[in-house]
Amino acid sequence: MQLIINGESREVGAGTLAALLAELDYAGGWLATALNGEVVPARERETCRIADGDRVEILSPMKGG
Amino acid sequence: MLELYGHQFSSRLLLGTALYPSPAIMADAVKAARNEIVTVSLRRESAGGKTGGQFWSLIQSLGVRVLPNTAGCHSVKEAVTTAQMAREVFATNWLKLEVIGNHDTLQPDVFGLVEAARILSEDGFEVFPYTTDDLVVAERLLEAGCRLLMPWCAPIGSARGPQNVDALRSLRGHFPDVPLIVDAGIGRPSHAAEVMELGYDAVLLNTAVAKAGDPVAMAGAFAKAIEAGREAFLAGPLEPRDMAVPSTPVIGMAAFS
Repeated sequence: MQLIINGESREVGAGTLAALLAELDYAGGWLATALNGEVVPARERETCRIADGDRVEILSPMKGG
Repeated sequence: MLELYGHQFSSRLLLGTALYPSPAIMADAVKAARNEIVTVSLRRESAGGKTGGQFWSLIQSLGVRVLPNTAGCHSVKEAVTTAQMAREVFATNWLKLEVIGNHDTLQPDVFGLVEAARILSEDGFEVFPYTTDDLVVAERLLEAGCRLLMPWCAPIGSARGPQNVDALRSLRGHFPDVPLIVDAGIGRPSHAAEVMELGYDAVLLNTAVAKAGDPVAMAGAFAKAIEAGREAFLAGPLEPRDMAVPSTPVIGMAAFS
């Protein structure tokens, strides 16, 4: 299915947010995720279903002022 | 001691972590200033989490408290969502709340700011609002649940220094018990000393250190200026006068004519 991940269209097979992170080789306890504009805490990623056309944001710590 | 949301600090300089020539220089600047609080952000991760992980490891190694920001957010929704994500990643209720209203000046959208501050304060966040020097907006932010204020003194990154000293003085006078931190617009240590002499509690800056010729040396210079400004405020600076006043006693002058 087709997802918009961090603003870019990607073809993926995963059915949950946790599986999606694994499929795309994301790892680390410092990642933050949102699905269609709503925050998904790390503990809810295993049960968070994703569907065709969903927008996923994957963020991590960055320098800032 | 500086007290912010129940936590005490020796340093009155809050330092940003962006724009340095390298991460190592940023780390050295933090150490040179004996800095205890740094600002950080959240951005899209594209390298499997490695970029963010390296940065986060470096910050953690500095032993400082982090203040996540919502830099670049232009709406209440963006700011609130970013704040919620930052709380999970950085494991802190602290938040530097920015809701930007204008691309050119990076002036805060004070209406969105107050709304977001209320939502986040009710959700348990301890909000550090990046605001203008407007007195009524300051009152609204306090009503919304903020227990400190961070007015700008000039646009972000402009290095112009205090543009409206009267407004800064007015805020200090109206809110004697609220921690006031000048955030944005500081260019030189003398600017920082000036706002500290007005009785401001702390200064938050980034570009003035990060883009200096020698960021580590400049971080140290700012730390000294902020300390000097604080000591001067506590010592009670002389107010300007219109006329000259002799400092040497006039009584006891010899008469030669």
